[in-house]
Amino acid sequence: MMLLTDFPLWPEQASTIAKHTDALYIMLLIVCGTMSVLIFTTIFVLAILYRRRPDNQLAQEQEPPKSLEATWIILPFIFFMATFVWGAWLYFRIARVPDNALDIYATGRQWMWKFQHASGQREINELHVPVNRPIRITMASEDVIHSLFFPYFRVKADVLPSRYRTMWFQATRVGRYHIFCAEYCGTLHSGMIGWVDVMEPTDYQKWLAGGAEGSLASQGQTLFQKYACNTCHTEDATGRGPVLSGLYGSTVTLSNNATMVADENYIRESILNPQAKIVKGFGPIMPTFQGQVNEDDLLKLLAYVRSLAAPRAGTLPKEPK
Amino acid sequence: MTSVTYHDVRLMEPAKTRNYLNVDYGALSWLLTKDHKRIGILYMISISIMFILGGFFAMMMRLELLTPEGDLLTSDTYNKFFTLHGIIMIFFFLIPSIPAVLGNFILPIQLGAKDLAFPKLNLLSWYLYIIGAFIGLLVVITGGVDTGWTFYTPFSTQYSNTHVLGTTFGAFIVGFSSILTGLNFIVTIHRMRAPGLTWYRLPLFVWAMYATSLVQLLATPVLAITLVMLMIERFLHVGIFDPALGGDPLLFQHMFWFYSHPAVYIMILPAMGVASEVVAAFTRKKIFGYTFVAYSSLAIAFLGFLVWAHHMFVAGISVYSAMIFSFLSYFVAVPSAIKVFNWTATLYKGSVSWQTPMLYILGFIGLFTMGGVTGLFLAALGLDVHVTDTYFIVAHFHYIMVGGAVMAYFAGIHYWWPKMTGRMYPEWWARLGALLVFVGFNLTFFPQFILGYLGMPRRYHAYAPEFQVLNVMSTAGASILAVGYALPLVYLLWSLRFGRKAGVNPWGAVGLEWTTSSPPPKDNFHETPVVTWEAYDYPAMLKAMGDTQNV
Repeated sequence: MMLLTDFPLWPEQASTIAKHTDALYIMLLIVCGTMSVLIFTTIFVLAILYRRRPDNQLAQEQEPPKSLEATWIILPFIFFMATFVWGAWLYFRIARVPDNALDIYATGRQWMWKFQHASGQREINELHVPVNRPIRITMASEDVIHSLFFPYFRVKADVLPSRYRTMWFQATRVGRYHIFCAEYCGTLHSGMIGWVDVMEPTDYQKWLAGGAEGSLASQGQTLFQKYACNTCHTEDATGRGPVLSGLYGSTVTLSNNATMVADENYIRESILNPQAKIVKGFGPIMPTFQGQVNEDDLLKLLAYVRSLAAPRAGTLPKEPK
Repeated sequence: MTSVTYHDVRLMEPAKTRNYLNVDYGALSWLLTKDHKRIGILYMISISIMFILGGFFAMMMRLELLTPEGDLLTSDTYNKFFTLHGIIMIFFFLIPSIPAVLGNFILPIQLGAKDLAFPKLNLLSWYLYIIGAFIGLLVVITGGVDTGWTFYTPFSTQYSNTHVLGTTFGAFIVGFSSILTGLNFIVTIHRMRAPGLTWYRLPLFVWAMYATSLVQLLATPVLAITLVMLMIERFLHVGIFDPALGGDPLLFQHMFWFYSHPAVYIMILPAMGVASEVVAAFTRKKIFGYTFVAYSSLAIAFLGFLVWAHHMFVAGISVYSAMIFSFLSYFVAVPSAIKVFNWTATLYKGSVSWQTPMLYILGFIGLFTMGGVTGLFLAALGLDVHVTDTYFIVAHFHYIMVGGAVMAYFAGIHYWWPKMTGRMYPEWWARLGALLVFVGFNLTFFPQFILGYLGMPRRYHAYAPEFQVLNVMSTAGASILAVGYALPLVYLLWSLRFGRKAGVNPWGAVGLEWTTSSPPPKDNFHETPVVTWEAYDYPAMLKAMGDTQNV
């Protein structure tokens, strides 16, 4: 037997954002739907009432009230502005990552999604997360622009090859939900799909415990040595490069005296294009690792650098030779 | 109806029946014509061929989408089909359609002029279109292109293995057709109006074409430059868009949408112009709020340049940038709403005829309204995050472009058919066509709004099984729509030979084009008209004519 629920008009609400998106949608459906029906009815009624008949070959002259024009300019405009405010509020809410988010690192590439957990688990086209916990995804593409879309959570963001982007969701129901690529990326764009498995926290812990090759940060440490980063970026101030302990999130001063916060993209750029920004007091001697370090490794190095604690007081960058 | 042939009549009364169609015979007299009317006909034939090709690709896509699996076409083929469908329909059908067919034919006559300001440039416009179309056809036969009509980098510059260079070159060429037409119309409207035809006496179609021409002239060069940058990047790998070389893929998106958003106004403004003409003619009334409707066209043209990044809300622009573009996008909805309300108000106490052009336009008003209000959904930032890149977007733009622009184009073709050809089409077949188009269209595209909100992404060759029912409905609608489009092709061609001959003013409408013969003489008027009446002055005109001919 077919029920009305067999024909849903929107997906299940499975995230904290979903009900807000749906509320805005339903408001617009009601208001715009009503207005449209009103307009159609008016047209229909007028077209019948004033249809051309032998005694109605010519229109009747009438001077329309000018106030009508003002009304149907001002009233819709007020409604449009209200909608704008609501939409902007929701957008800011979607953009702002809550505190204590669990970090997931994602790479998109033709034609699959790779997810890496901070504790080291790697998944392809599948993402296990705990319910009721904000999940922050830091992501980049290895090739073209993709878009990570979770319809049941009502969020998506394009995944770029040029820099990291961040998105977040907090799942509110246990279950299995679609992952779709939402930016056309070539042959198997429609095959670049997967599943989010939202689990109870205890189940998630059990799943986490089931094998990983060490945390993402420790894998990053291995790479840090493999690529010989540690030969210049020593733990004290005697190296040729800046100390990286405590770097993430701190404010750095550049050679042109500009300052900026060392975030994910700063670290990424420092590895791929080190000449772009030089820390004050250091020379432009770091080689680029563009083409040597792939997106997966970049994420591990990022996790490692993020894990480095702040240096003890008293350490300063040394003067260049 | 006598059995006297057209040629007999011509011999009997040569002066009265000589018109732009029979003044000259032979292929060269058409291919080297400078007559704006013949050029309009040439465009009509060319874009109809491209419409059929674009429609073929759509049909194949909808057939594939009957089942969730990708089982009719390979993925690469499907991707090429949606790309070619978009490129052909936008660049080779919609953008030229009303301006190059109806604008070319009717605009000079509505102005009381003999031709456009630059007749030879007009012919060049058509040849540029033909060259661009020929390059496009070459691309189709030699393997197609699979980047999507949006050509996003770095896929188009570094990863696609199809004819990207050829396609962008073809689009580059056809853009100049659009630019030159815009230039021609602007100069014509400024400089070649008949004596007495002041700006506020102009038909609203002229205002709409003026606004369109401004956009064509100013926006299309940006597309040209963007395509050149694309070609340079693909061919030489300079690093404009490639992040590994210091470029930014988002730069392409900004430049592309800076043209492509105004481009959608190139497609809809002329349709609104036709709507004003048809509503006035088939209510026998001046459009309510004439001045507001006239200026709303200019407002749409201007505001249309300020909103491009609403296509990029999830692309990686800053939240503050997104807010500005969302805010401005709500502004551009206002003049469109003004038009819809004014057309509706015109019906009040009018003499409303339900003939075919009016049926198409009533459909236009309804479907454009639906497409337009869904634009309000998309401009709402937080909501757009969910629905962008899904079938909700596909439904939105098809409601405006097909339910809107294409239906208005058909309305205009039917309205001005007697003037262009001297023949009437069979009314009941035409009404059937309009009804099939309306029903088929809604069945095709309404389910797509639902599909989009449920999460089905666009450009998907295969899809999740729960989306099948709505996809089947959509394909069923598309087959009805196809029949609705095929009907006019048949009966309009039929009417050329067998249709009832049309008089000077079969609709009893007011406008300079309805004062000259059907078809018009080569120079449009036997003597230059002098205009002493206001726009759409129905009471005065029809009393002067003494009779209201009803078809």
